[in-house]
Amino acid sequence: MNFLIEAFKPACSISIKFSDGKTRKRVPIKRENGQTLLAPLFRNQENIAGKITIEPHQGKRIEHNGVKVELLGQIEMYLDRGNFYDFTSLVRELDVPGDIYERTTYPFEFSMVEMPYETYNGVNVRLRYVLKVTVSRNYGGSIIEYLNFLVHNYSPPPSINTSIKMEVGIEDCLHIEFEYNKSKYHLKDVIIGKIYYFLVKIKIKTMDIEIRRRESTVTGATNHVETETLAKFELMDGAPVRGESIPVRLFLSPYELTPTHRNINNKFSVKYYLNLVLVDEEGLRYFKQQQITIYRLPLQDT
Amino acid sequence: MIADGVEDEEKWLAAGIAGLQQNAFYMHRALDSNNLRDALKYSAQMLSELRTSRLSPHKYYELYMRAFDELRKLEMFFKEETRRGCSIVDLYELVQHAGNILPRLYLLCTVGSVYIKSKEAPAKDVLKDLVEMCRGIQHPVRGLFLRSYLAQVSRDKLPDIGSEYEGDADTVVDAVEFVLQNFTEMNKLWVRMQHQGPTREKEKREKERSELRDLVGKNLHVLSQIEGIDLDMYKETVLPRVLEQVVNCKDEIAQYYLMDCIIQVFPDEYHLQTLDVLLGAFPQLQPTVDIKTVLSRLMERLSNYAASSADVLPEFLQVEAFSKLNNAIGKVIEVQPDMPILGVITLYSSLLTFTLHVHPDRLDYADQVLGACVKKLSGKEKLEDKKATKQIVALLSAPLDKYNDIVTALKLSNYPRVMEYLDSETNKVMATVIIQSIMKNKTRISTADRVEALFELIKGLIKDLDDAFHDEVDEDDFKEEQNSVARLIQLLHSDDPEEMFKIICTVRKHILGGGPKRLPFTVPPLVFSSLKLVRQLQGQEENPFGEEESTTPKKIFQVLNQTVETLSNIPAPELALQLFLQCAEAANDCDLEPVAYEFFTQAYILYEEEISDSRAQVTAIHLIIGTLQRMHVFGVENRDTLTHKATGYSAKLLKKPDQCRAVYACSHLFWVDDQDNVKDGERVLLCLKRALRIANAAQQMSNAARGSAGSVTLFVEILNKYLYFFEKGNPQITVAAIQSLIELITTEMHSDSSTLDPAADAFFASTLRYMEFQKQKGGAIGEKYEPIKV
Repeated sequence: MNFLIEAFKPACSISIKFSDGKTRKRVPIKRENGQTLLAPLFRNQENIAGKITIEPHQGKRIEHNGVKVELLGQIEMYLDRGNFYDFTSLVRELDVPGDIYERTTYPFEFSMVEMPYETYNGVNVRLRYVLKVTVSRNYGGSIIEYLNFLVHNYSPPPSINTSIKMEVGIEDCLHIEFEYNKSKYHLKDVIIGKIYYFLVKIKIKTMDIEIRRRESTVTGATNHVETETLAKFELMDGAPVRGESIPVRLFLSPYELTPTHRNINNKFSVKYYLNLVLVDEEGLRYFKQQQITIYRLPLQDT
Repeated sequence: MIADGVEDEEKWLAAGIAGLQQNAFYMHRALDSNNLRDALKYSAQMLSELRTSRLSPHKYYELYMRAFDELRKLEMFFKEETRRGCSIVDLYELVQHAGNILPRLYLLCTVGSVYIKSKEAPAKDVLKDLVEMCRGIQHPVRGLFLRSYLAQVSRDKLPDIGSEYEGDADTVVDAVEFVLQNFTEMNKLWVRMQHQGPTREKEKREKERSELRDLVGKNLHVLSQIEGIDLDMYKETVLPRVLEQVVNCKDEIAQYYLMDCIIQVFPDEYHLQTLDVLLGAFPQLQPTVDIKTVLSRLMERLSNYAASSADVLPEFLQVEAFSKLNNAIGKVIEVQPDMPILGVITLYSSLLTFTLHVHPDRLDYADQVLGACVKKLSGKEKLEDKKATKQIVALLSAPLDKYNDIVTALKLSNYPRVMEYLDSETNKVMATVIIQSIMKNKTRISTADRVEALFELIKGLIKDLDDAFHDEVDEDDFKEEQNSVARLIQLLHSDDPEEMFKIICTVRKHILGGGPKRLPFTVPPLVFSSLKLVRQLQGQEENPFGEEESTTPKKIFQVLNQTVETLSNIPAPELALQLFLQCAEAANDCDLEPVAYEFFTQAYILYEEEISDSRAQVTAIHLIIGTLQRMHVFGVENRDTLTHKATGYSAKLLKKPDQCRAVYACSHLFWVDDQDNVKDGERVLLCLKRALRIANAAQQMSNAARGSAGSVTLFVEILNKYLYFFEKGNPQITVAAIQSLIELITTEMHSDSSTLDPAADAFFASTLRYMEFQKQKGGAIGEKYEPIKV
């Protein structure tokens, strides 16, 4: 089989290596086919430098109209297939038009790259960063090689982080107060809280807390919202009576959360909500959603 | 429908066990391969079986126990895991990732146990966290079992005094706090159970609830085992907190059970020192709580404590245990106006037992209790409630049992007042109890005052209390109780004649109201008791100081006369007659002729007027004859009158054989061996001859009526009389007379018309043998007999 593959292989192989590739942290990334692979991780305004090696196969000569490397920050809307919005696009010309006969290595460097947005893999939208090497040719098509990399941006702990406290209820039927210790949580945080029951006239069976992610995307004039429940965590089993207070302690680390994204390039937003759900014996659900902000602290990349 | 339910439940249990075992299997595999991730996963799945709502507590327990065993293995694994370098803190977080709360909390408790053992964090912090997190289970059954699990795994890890978990930061206060909190939460869950589910299944639910009570009570048990709880802490923290929960839960079952639990698990001296607080809780309980049982048990415990050692008694005095209990009972009764009278009496009964044990010297306490009881009973009708009356009997019996002495009980002024509230039947029972106590202990009741009091107590037996209506009293029972009264009367004794006389008068006063059915039982013992006194006096110099008031036999006889007379009125003439005769004999011994004569007169009148039954007459006449024969006080004239009458009566009996026998018996009236002035041989012979004539007539009557002559028994009997007087030297009884009588008998026996009577034959033969024997014996008698030919 090898020789067959050989036959359809591009005329050369292109490899992209970051200069600090051995030491740089790599984090898993999910690909479209479901596999995960490790990709290098960068931060905003980092220097992205490395080497690109082009090796023609078996002494072939490659005639080209130039070699360039691009750093692209793209937003891909699944509902608007094929449409990439490049919010970042940097180009470095590596070679003038000519021929490549042998293995050639081009160093490259993008310094202080503005990468304001984090890599994001959502339901309807994807934000990715990619290095794109193009060997332009007149015939046979250009030879292009991509290398995905990730960008995480860290936030300092918020200076103001008030608790969420709210009384809700149905008149003469249910009256509760819930309290979550913060409104902003980092990815490995733990939500501590309490639910107070002031009045319970319905027969509650369980109480859960859910973490819901709301991804809203803008394609043209239409606005699309997709909500996922990432976590469903049982807080209470059975029917409480008035005066009870039920503790909440939810560790966020087991769940695949991302930081909250607000209006990324006017294309999409990702928001998180805590949803408190009470289910009564008839299966009726009573719930109350509260938005929380999720942020990434440094060194929370796995 | 119900059967189906049970079957279904079995099925569900089986399914639960199967699911549990399957996951346990995978869990074991994970444990064996040290795979923490899988261990957590499968243990959580295994514990998910406990989330079921379909099982009754009983079945759920079965499932729980299986899970419990598995969790022990998991705990071992966690322990090893930490030894292998896994951080216990991480582990503590890791188990909390489980999405379902129940498995999560079971795992948390399990890791928590290891956490405390590791001592990486203060025990109190872990305990506090655990007990707090368990609030997430609000389902009563699941919550109770989870918290029970928590109590179980934490038991040996409390920072008690002397425990390895005690430290600067961890003190016994934290241990207590933890247990108290778990207890409080468990009790709340337990109480809440009653509101779950449809009303129609309430009864079943209450039963199920009762099954779970020990889970709650276990916390109190744990508390009682904490070494570090000294009296101060018990007083300041433990008891008030527990009581607060008990009172506030406002649940009948829980309050009853928990109060009892408190009383049973904590030491007696603590109870004693915290009586105020403990008792203060009782009036605050729900009105339906069976306080009496609980309080009774408390008093019982304290009584036993007091009995255990004399050293502790001062403590009781110091804390004024009695008055506190007394007040508490008063208050409880006050706030529970609906409490059945049974409850009231039970309470007082326990209190009485308590005070008898603890303050045996304080009769006033006992009386106080009885007084309170009376107060409570007053204004009420006689008790109808069987149990209540039974309880009163117990209440009243307590002092008797304790003092073994009715005399002490008689000092209790409220004692008879309590008795008044018994229905007549119970009153009798109680009276019997009292009498039995007296007899068992051979109590001497030797003053008239006490006798008065005693009879006041037992008046249920002495007279009909409610004349409204009489139940059909069982004859045997009646006899039984009256016999006991009779025995009691015999027991009353004073060595002082004056006092004894007073006693007699007192008894008499009481028993005379007893009515026709009782008098035959009660009068005789009184009469004999009086006669005993007479005999006692008889030996003494009469009236040594010539005092007017002193008791003389005369006086007693006067009383006796009236007493016995009552019998003739009811009517019990035979009995009266017997007693008159007894009195007459006593008077005879006192040399009081007129008195004796009077008694005889009474007896005769009775005989003439009241005794009409011929068999009774026979008995009576023989009694009269016997008594009269022994009288020596009479002068000739009186004696003649009486003997004449007696002979007359004898001859007028209905049946000839009876006549005959009575008449020959009369012969003794004229010949008294030790009285020289009564040796009238002629009249003896007259009597015997008359008897012969009657016997003869009887023989002929029988011949005429039945065609066969009667037996010769009468003749043989008369022959024996002849022989008696012959031996005694009555000159009128001659050999010839005897000889002819023997011949007569022989002839009669061999006549054709005679009936065969082996008994008579044997009798005659023995008589002849006797004569033969006397002959051979020789001596004066032998000589006398010599001429008689047999």
